[in-house]
Amino acid sequence: MNFKSPFAAAVCAIGLMVSAGWAKETVTYATSLEPPHLDPTAGAAQAIDAVVHFNIFEGLTRFTPDGAVVPLLAKSWEISEDGLTYTFTLQEGVTFHDGSAMDAADVKFSLDRARAEDSTNAQKALFTAISDVEVTDPQTVVVTLMEPNGSLLFNLAWGDAVIVAEESVEMLKTNPIGTGPYRFNEWIQGDRVELVRNPTYWGEVPPLSAATIKFISDPTAAFAAMMAEDIDAFDNFPAPENVAQFEADPRFQVLVGSTEGETILSINNAQSPFDNPKVREAIAHAIDRHAIIDGAMFGYGTPIGTHFAPHNPAYLDLTGQSDHDPDKARALLAEANLPDGFSTTLHLPPPSYARRGGEIIAAQLAEVGITAEIINVEWAQWLETVFKGKTYGLTIVSHTEPMDIGIYARPGYYFQYDNPDLQGLMNRLNATTDPEKRTEMLQMAQQTIADDYVNGYLFQLAKIGIAKAGLNGTWVNAPTAAIEIGALSWAD
Amino acid sequence: MSSATDIPPNQKARAMSRSLILGGMLAGIMLILALVSFVWTPFDHAVMNIPDKMQPPNAVHWLGTDHFGRDILSMVMVGARTSLAVACLSVGIGMSLGVPLGLAAAAMRGSWLDEMIMRGNDLVFAFPSLVIAILITAVFGPSAANAIIAIGIFNIPVFARVARGGSLSLWAREFILAARVAGKSRARISVEHILPNISNLLIVQGTIQFSLGILAEASLSYIGLGAQPPTPSWGRMLAEAQTMVSLAPHLAIVPGLAIILTVVGLNLLGDGLRDRFDPRLLEGRA
Repeated sequence: MNFKSPFAAAVCAIGLMVSAGWAKETVTYATSLEPPHLDPTAGAAQAIDAVVHFNIFEGLTRFTPDGAVVPLLAKSWEISEDGLTYTFTLQEGVTFHDGSAMDAADVKFSLDRARAEDSTNAQKALFTAISDVEVTDPQTVVVTLMEPNGSLLFNLAWGDAVIVAEESVEMLKTNPIGTGPYRFNEWIQGDRVELVRNPTYWGEVPPLSAATIKFISDPTAAFAAMMAEDIDAFDNFPAPENVAQFEADPRFQVLVGSTEGETILSINNAQSPFDNPKVREAIAHAIDRHAIIDGAMFGYGTPIGTHFAPHNPAYLDLTGQSDHDPDKARALLAEANLPDGFSTTLHLPPPSYARRGGEIIAAQLAEVGITAEIINVEWAQWLETVFKGKTYGLTIVSHTEPMDIGIYARPGYYFQYDNPDLQGLMNRLNATTDPEKRTEMLQMAQQTIADDYVNGYLFQLAKIGIAKAGLNGTWVNAPTAAIEIGALSWAD
Repeated sequence: MSSATDIPPNQKARAMSRSLILGGMLAGIMLILALVSFVWTPFDHAVMNIPDKMQPPNAVHWLGTDHFGRDILSMVMVGARTSLAVACLSVGIGMSLGVPLGLAAAAMRGSWLDEMIMRGNDLVFAFPSLVIAILITAVFGPSAANAIIAIGIFNIPVFARVARGGSLSLWAREFILAARVAGKSRARISVEHILPNISNLLIVQGTIQFSLGILAEASLSYIGLGAQPPTPSWGRMLAEAQTMVSLAPHLAIVPGLAIILTVVGLNLLGDGLRDRFDPRLLEGRA
């Protein structure tokens, strides 16, 4: 190259440095769902956690990529003999992104806020065991329980249990301020959230200086963006039919793992005719899970017969109890005085497991005489009408929260299942710490909801992660919905 | 008006009648496919057979199967029904509202009524039709019925303009003057004398709008705002094929060709009809 002036050479050199820097220092990560807001302590949507958990916000404990619970803001803890008192020692030198120090008072505030009467926390049940939170010194918090609770440390690892500061709490939905390795920079609604590295992070400062999390729900757009290398990685790729193509392409790596996502055909248990267990059982037998996994997910997914993750040691395989048997389904409908079937609605949110799976399920229901009118809804609309408004007949959604069988003990939950026996069982489970007894009770709960045919249990969602070759640190499995930017780095 | 057969055949007229024949054939094939689908399709278009998914065209499934193992030929046939029905009804809406408005505007030329109708037309014309169609279906929910209404609304000003333009020159003609002298009302003249004389124009315009309607339906379905599953629709077949093009190209090629052939056919038909009927062209040849 022959430069006319040293200035041009300098500009060019800077340009090269910048472009080289871009490739190594930042990442553009895509996920299918855009969060409705950015406060994980005030929303059920897992899309919030995916963006902010471990990046902006941190809790006392955290999940590792393989699902174990390890210390985070709590450096260590001691549990009293009777299992009622947890003494947490906090990390030192932790500051919020606004510069204020994070200490025991913030922990007390966060936990008290989450479990308060008027709390807007979507997972309030995580905190019901706590009777008192006490600050003994700025680095020490004592949590007292009403009765022993075997899952407290697990519960505190949820995105809903992150530590927030009283000063910033009002604005968290649009301006999240936490203690994590990345700070919130900008949210272009409908497109992306931008994060920048927190230079004063208390832990090890992460390798990447900035990250963009893009929201792409359309499988076609996802495929195009990935192929054009507009994005470096996709959290859970929505077009399983393209996986083979990515596998054959040396530019990409494909990481297929498990998620905590029980994909279910949710049934509005309070609505007629679904209040009749026979009708729900008929639906369960009308569904052919293997056809759904093959047709909608191109084989990615594990059949489930209850609301529990198959990779969990306590899982019971109850798929045989709701095997595909259209004749039995028709007979059950006849027993329920609906020999000619009935009509209902099937609300489908955008993910392809729902849109494609829904078409297949509608066809399978039609075979036994049930007409399910497909209504495609956007995610916000789904949260509003189905999840909050409960005005739906059937819907398909993946419940990606870990160990969330407890939702069946909440009569007000959107599928409106009200069984006092199960509620009592879950209460006893929460009070039990003995692992063997817990397993036994969890299996009883799985059996109960399978016997009651609360929902149609379809399959455990696979996590199809696609990343550019050279990007290290992406999670293979998804024990919780999270895109941990701090763990990412580029190979040289 | 002299009929087309009186015109001595020349090079141009023969070329144009070829487009009339080809267009008529293509449109006719689609119409026949749609009609046959009411009584017979090779397979039930809604039955999924997932183990047989994404088969290329073969002896059993002539146009292959889709990602749910449904027979594509059956889907294309029933999809033709959806396309033609949406296009036909939306043209119907446009004609039945637009033509009376245009006739009234011409009959009352220069009056406030004429002004109001034509400015209203301009207003509707000012919006890109597909954008408003998206708005309508987004507000009232996606369905084939709303797609028909949305596309129909945009056909109204098209027909109003054609009807008004065609009528205006007629109002100055002697036979209309004679009718007026005979004491017929403007409304009666419009219906009895003007309308029959602009019907050729309307048919030509109707054919063109019909092909635009097919395209509009396909576009709306493509973005998920047209006919909802499980009703087959060419546009949605195309959209669903998108991520699978590299695995099974026929998924996109078949509905794509169906749309192209129908639209090209209808356009050729429209051109051919215009060359036969358009009075200006006839005068030019005479």
